[in-house]
Amino acid sequence: MIIRNARILGGDPVDLRIENGLIAEIGPGLGGVTAFDADGLLALPGLVDLHTHLREPGREDAETVETGTQAAARGGYTAVHAMANTSPVADTAGVVEQVWRLGQEYGHCDVQPIGAVTSGLDGRQLAELGAMADSAARVRVFSDDGKCVSDAVLMRRALEYVKAFDGVVAQHAQEPRLTEGAQLNEGEVSGRLGLAGWPAVAEEAIIARDCLLAAHVGSRLHVCHVSTAGSVEIIRWAKSKGWDVTAEVTPHHLLLTDSCAEHSPVGPYNPIYKVNPPLRTREDVRALREALADGTIDCVATDHAPHPVEDKETEWAAAAMGMIGLETALSAVQEAMVETGLLDWAAVADRMSARPARIGRLAGHGQPVEVGSAANLTLYDPSARALVDPGAMASKSRNTPYEGMTLPGRVVATFLRGRPTVLEGKLV
Amino acid sequence: MKHLISAGDLGRDDALLILDTAEELARVSERSIKKLPTLRGRTVVNLFFEDSTRTRISFEAAAKRLSADVINFSAKGSSVSKGESLKDTALTLEAMGADAVVIRHGASGAPHRLANWVRGSVVNAGDGTHEHPTQALLDAFSMRRRLGRLEGLKVAVVGDILHSRVARSNVLLLSALGAEVTLVAPPTLLPVAVENWPCQVSYDLDSVLPKSDVVMMLRVQLERQNAAFFPSAREYSRRYGLDRDRVAKLHDDAIVMHPGPMNRGMEISAEVADSPRSTIVEQVANGVTVRMAVLYLLLGGAIGGDVQ
Amino acid sequence: MSDAQNPPVSGGDLARAVLEGPDIHRALTRIAHEILERTKGAESVVLVGIPTRGATLARRLAERVARFEGRKVPVGAVDITMYRDDLRLRPARPLGHTELPPGGIDDRIVVLVDDVLFSGRTVRAALDALNDLGRPRAVQLATLVDRGHRELPIRADYVGKNLPTAKSEKVKVYLEETDGRDAVVLVREGAR
Repeated sequence: MIIRNARILGGDPVDLRIENGLIAEIGPGLGGVTAFDADGLLALPGLVDLHTHLREPGREDAETVETGTQAAARGGYTAVHAMANTSPVADTAGVVEQVWRLGQEYGHCDVQPIGAVTSGLDGRQLAELGAMADSAARVRVFSDDGKCVSDAVLMRRALEYVKAFDGVVAQHAQEPRLTEGAQLNEGEVSGRLGLAGWPAVAEEAIIARDCLLAAHVGSRLHVCHVSTAGSVEIIRWAKSKGWDVTAEVTPHHLLLTDSCAEHSPVGPYNPIYKVNPPLRTREDVRALREALADGTIDCVATDHAPHPVEDKETEWAAAAMGMIGLETALSAVQEAMVETGLLDWAAVADRMSARPARIGRLAGHGQPVEVGSAANLTLYDPSARALVDPGAMASKSRNTPYEGMTLPGRVVATFLRGRPTVLEGKLV
Repeated sequence: MKHLISAGDLGRDDALLILDTAEELARVSERSIKKLPTLRGRTVVNLFFEDSTRTRISFEAAAKRLSADVINFSAKGSSVSKGESLKDTALTLEAMGADAVVIRHGASGAPHRLANWVRGSVVNAGDGTHEHPTQALLDAFSMRRRLGRLEGLKVAVVGDILHSRVARSNVLLLSALGAEVTLVAPPTLLPVAVENWPCQVSYDLDSVLPKSDVVMMLRVQLERQNAAFFPSAREYSRRYGLDRDRVAKLHDDAIVMHPGPMNRGMEISAEVADSPRSTIVEQVANGVTVRMAVLYLLLGGAIGGDVQ
Repeated sequence: MSDAQNPPVSGGDLARAVLEGPDIHRALTRIAHEILERTKGAESVVLVGIPTRGATLARRLAERVARFEGRKVPVGAVDITMYRDDLRLRPARPLGHTELPPGGIDDRIVVLVDDVLFSGRTVRAALDALNDLGRPRAVQLATLVDRGHRELPIRADYVGKNLPTAKSEKVKVYLEETDGRDAVVLVREGAR
């Protein structure tokens, strides 16, 4: 089959011949049956998310593997890493294999389970990391995300232990004592709104400690959802030392600030903007964008966190933390990074596909759009512009922070190993 | 004016209209028939998720003096304590035809959220550590009655600013009315970025007192001691408590205020609380008057459900 | 109550002055005499004006009574806003000033004073307000202009001028103290 007139990373239109799930030939005017005429659309390698909450098992009212991967496909993703904070927690080979099988059966993209670092995310006892690594799910990323591995000894051991199978600990950096009852970035807005402050230092202190620990034991460290300018400085310093530290940033931290809690299209104190880590300040956003541009932050990860309506239609303090993001990620990155001239499309492909796949040691994803690569492709129209409509999303939940906002770009088609999962913006 | 949620929503003219209206209504409280027919047929719901008998009865008295029907809805022992959401509670009140909901809630911003779900007016009777606008209005009213003006008045607000809804509302309202507010607290009990608020900040009560026309003492909760906001009640009281010696530093006309309930012996000595400078009892009476003014201005004219 | 937010309409076919300054003075003088006559020297009379212009007229009447009879008649004002029956037709209105006459109204003959008597609804509200303030021996009503079109069984005891009007017309009263001149103007509909 032939995909015609696609601009790879924004280059001149070419045709791609797909055979057996691989890109077999690239060039102008290829002979053969047209499967899809891209008509000048941008072609990116299929996106890879390092940080997705699929909620299954346990919170199928918020999301399932099926609906979550539908959302992923709609957002141009061909692989997602499913976070471990399900119920039961993905802390045994049995649970990660269950998630992996659900992905095989219902997935509209590949589902790579993440294993918990500690049993039940309790922060006290290491989970059976090796068993998860050896399971059918081949887990390489371990995270207690939602909770911080705050015990320094436990964190050190985890960092050391996963070296045996080239794993990585993805740390949710949040010093628990400094964030007891915390609601919103500690700053001018939290002071005015009377919401308990969530200080930047609570994130930065853990990142600094973990960078030092990783260096000390010679391990890989991945930092989840970096949200402050100070964190960027620490990671930049750690990288300058040659330490194996990687980091991700979410689309919402690249675009939104804590002022959303005060002024927004959906009213003040709307917990649609309540998220962990919290939205920060304009200065933090600027630093995060620069860090993603210069590579200090390696990749964009959505932290797609679906919640049912009743968990958000509450007073701020009672609401669940998190926002959905798979279906708006590429648009948000275009708005924050491409429209501002900070990244070109080749760099977007690097930050949203190649690097997350490499950090997750995920085979068959994140490859460049070239002959011999898996035919994982996202065809994207950067010239589109639309009002974000939560009701039109594939996710089972509606907690998008972009309601009432206009964002650029539209995923027109997604191909997973040559098979379309989305065509003309609709699920196949 | 549809709602009264934040003192920051009140411009100078709005605030003065409320105070002037209260001034007229104060006479009603002085006469033998303390009732006006104005809000006949209007329903005011007191929706209290926190215990605050004094605030609730103040609103209740205000609504009743204007002949409104009052429904007290206390979260304790109701469906709310069984896990009903604020939204479902709101829909229930809506079905009862509440023209105004007076809400006291432990979560900052709860009145903003409630306003999305009810058609009637929402009056914030204290939300978490955010605001308490009618308290600020009654404080301003009490100051104006005692001192004859607000413009240029120097007001020291002393105590747990970080957790105080009274402080936030007072800073916003008094600055709009031309008073000069100084917040006085140990650094641990001041919010970050307080330097951007429309007021001065000091850690030193003794240096602020001589130039103050009003000293407003805030309640300090002893639990704060456990979270290391200050070492002990004794040390707090020594550094930030208002006793006879400190009061002696005030000029002759200066007044002492407290929103209540007081911790006598902690932030204020009994002697000071009961002195002629103290407006603490007047504040209670003025609370009813100011709340009558607010309810009148919100509900006394045409509102949503009325045929125009 | 009159509607005198705007400055006087001068000339034109649509606005017509029906009372000028001297007419108003004469009318008030006559009312003052009538009050003295009907209340046997105004011994227990208090004058209570309905703000804004009724209160001004009450003070003028008191001053005349004092001049004619040497008796100081207590003067007060009663704001009727909170007692109106049309509150729900407009946004909440600012309150006028209520001032009980010295000595109160209990067992006194209260002469309510207003500028224009029209539907009678203002007077009805004033009677309710008085009821909450005390128990007068009797209540009488004085008005500068009675323009007819009553909607309630109310009539004035003292009238400065009976003015036949169409219901659509407006009667505006201007007084020196509040408006800088004395006049009663009849404005036909459409004129502004």
